[in-house]
Amino acid sequence: MNQEPTAACEACPAHNKGNLIRLGVNMEGSDFVVALAGNPNTGKSTVFNALTGLHQHTGNWPGKTVTRAEGGFIYNTKRYKVVDLPGTYSLLSTSTDEDVARNFILFGQPDVTVIVVDATRLERNLNLVLQVLEITDRAVVCMNLVDEAKRHGLRVDERLLAKELGVPVVPAAARQGVGIQNLLQAINDVATGVFICKPHRMRAHAPGLERAITQLAGQIEKNFPGLGNARWVALRLLEGDERIGEAVENGELAGLVRQNDGVGTMVEEGNAA
Amino acid sequence: MNATTTEDILSKANTLRWEVGEGFHDTLMESIYTDAARIADVVVARSGDTPAFNWDRALDRALTSRWTGFPMMLLLLAVVFWLTIAGANVPSAMLATLFLDTIHPALKSFAAMTGMPWWLDGFLFDGVYLAAAWVVSVMLPPMAIFFPLFTLLEDFGYLPRVAFNLDSLFRKAGAHGKQALSMSMGYGCNAAGVIATRIIDSPRERLIAIITNNFALCNGRWPTQILIASLFIGAMAPAGLAGLLSASAVVAVALFGIALTFITSWFLSRTVLKGEASSFSLELPPYRPPRILQTLYTSLIDRTIIVLWRAVVFAAPAGAVIWLLANIHIGDLSLAEHTVQWLNPFGLLIGLNGVILLAYIIAIPANEIIIPTILMLTVMSTNLAGIGEGAGVMFELDDSLAYMSVFTAGGWTLLTAVNLMLFSLVHNPCSTTIYTIYKETGSVKWTAVSALLPIVMGLTLCFFVAQIWRLLAGTG
Repeated sequence: MNQEPTAACEACPAHNKGNLIRLGVNMEGSDFVVALAGNPNTGKSTVFNALTGLHQHTGNWPGKTVTRAEGGFIYNTKRYKVVDLPGTYSLLSTSTDEDVARNFILFGQPDVTVIVVDATRLERNLNLVLQVLEITDRAVVCMNLVDEAKRHGLRVDERLLAKELGVPVVPAAARQGVGIQNLLQAINDVATGVFICKPHRMRAHAPGLERAITQLAGQIEKNFPGLGNARWVALRLLEGDERIGEAVENGELAGLVRQNDGVGTMVEEGNAA
Repeated sequence: MNATTTEDILSKANTLRWEVGEGFHDTLMESIYTDAARIADVVVARSGDTPAFNWDRALDRALTSRWTGFPMMLLLLAVVFWLTIAGANVPSAMLATLFLDTIHPALKSFAAMTGMPWWLDGFLFDGVYLAAAWVVSVMLPPMAIFFPLFTLLEDFGYLPRVAFNLDSLFRKAGAHGKQALSMSMGYGCNAAGVIATRIIDSPRERLIAIITNNFALCNGRWPTQILIASLFIGAMAPAGLAGLLSASAVVAVALFGIALTFITSWFLSRTVLKGEASSFSLELPPYRPPRILQTLYTSLIDRTIIVLWRAVVFAAPAGAVIWLLANIHIGDLSLAEHTVQWLNPFGLLIGLNGVILLAYIIAIPANEIIIPTILMLTVMSTNLAGIGEGAGVMFELDDSLAYMSVFTAGGWTLLTAVNLMLFSLVHNPCSTTIYTIYKETGSVKWTAVSALLPIVMGLTLCFFVAQIWRLLAGTG
């Protein structure tokens, strides 16, 4: 039976199946910017290829992606630009590839940060997820390699995980194309504000540290009103992070104050050498 | 923006940092780890029955063990090259027949029909077209076999195991263990290998990895190795073993390249780039069943076609240059002959010849075109009759006997072949790689070192090999 979709169909999430138009490298005039972050070798590039239809080289070894790859797709009539970031174990370290990732999440102002995690090594992957959630409040966790986890006798309760993290969690097996539709829907929901994230944030610092953060964050907020993550910036400054100090000094931080519409400003990736 | 307040923030941060004290970074990381552990504990359920036989562990035991790790590595390398050499011959010959025996005469008769001036006909069809066609017929088949095989190994998860096996050697050489990964990428393309060194955090070790990446034979040099090995070295064995012997010769050159990587890294880390090897952690990912069709598709489209296109783009103008060199005369000799004669004494001294040296100058943009350039220059300088179609024509020869007759006429010996294989391994990187090195290091000095060090090493190496060879052979 071939029926015309009704208005009710349009509203149904299942209607959007096959609603993906891959744009390859064409990403002009995008409505939203999506960053792909995650530990090395969790399948970010595979997810990237599934979203954009590009053939970014993938390989089973950590550290394969060292530069930023960009591509685009249309989903639900909105144009998205996707940025595949190098894999990192943390956002604190100082190697070039980790800098590329952190600077983009922070200064590239993605509308949605998709954190790709390896379901078979969840605990270690969560370390990065928690750090990313300290920076941004618009994130989706793509729990990749669930097929492998199942083979190893692991079962992850994604609903409970979503509740703990305060962001959508989508199970996927990107190599087989499983879960990509749900991922698109989750990205769409977070980007358009249908889903409001309440990201897990670290609490219970030592009283002295807590006081220092509050004091410094207060001053930062006064100077950069509307900055989403003043406490994180304060913490980085307390730790003596030079790159963040620089951003405060040269006003780059002011550019991070989220505009209500529009696409975040793009910042050049960190110099390679 | 109010400048005083931003400074206030920074100075306040400085004061507060003193008040808070040093230790809080650790506490912070600890609390992240604790939270992560707690969440993981809540959401992950482990079913009790784990499979009795753990494939990953069994494979790792074989592929990374102290005793079997290296032999397995050699075996895999040898199998990959043997498949490449044995499998590439037939399609190579078929392509050559198509491009050179069918299309080229057709183009020539088209030129004759339309009354094209001889120089335009020669420049376009004997220079540009033949160079491009030669590169395609020689490079496409081995690449179409080698790249998918390599990508399958990569997809399977073997590369990090190689890094694991080589790690202690790299550490002893004062270099970073991840250099094994950038080296592996160099086997595809040195420019890609140089970019891959970004995974190395320490600038000192990264420079070592960049400078030594050239010792990983890139795909532009594999055809040279494979052709010379099968013509000169394979010919020494009975027909049945020829493929195996040529494959071993290529593996030997590749291994020599790895040895040079270690030696040069060791030398650099004890002289100009002094320092201790830094520690790092590298995850050994689980083995994954490679997706055969997808791998074939991506390695054909992304690697083979792109690399081939680059080769053609560089070969076409090089073909034109060769044709011009061979057809512009000063006195009674062409420009090419003048240069060859001038380079010949030095070339022969180091066990090569003037033709090979000139070919390496013409082929700086792309290593892929070395063999056609050498053949063309040899035919021209020896005035062989009946082969090729006149001055400056790059051609394909029908079978290995025809190659051999050209090489013998050029005065080639087994020493020339061996030294050509060595020089192909140890000489300056191609211009694309040099430019990439400059972009990555941002330093003229280190770019110059990366370009000049291997060529000095290569000339020295060939010189010594030639002297020892002649001493042993008694041909003074």
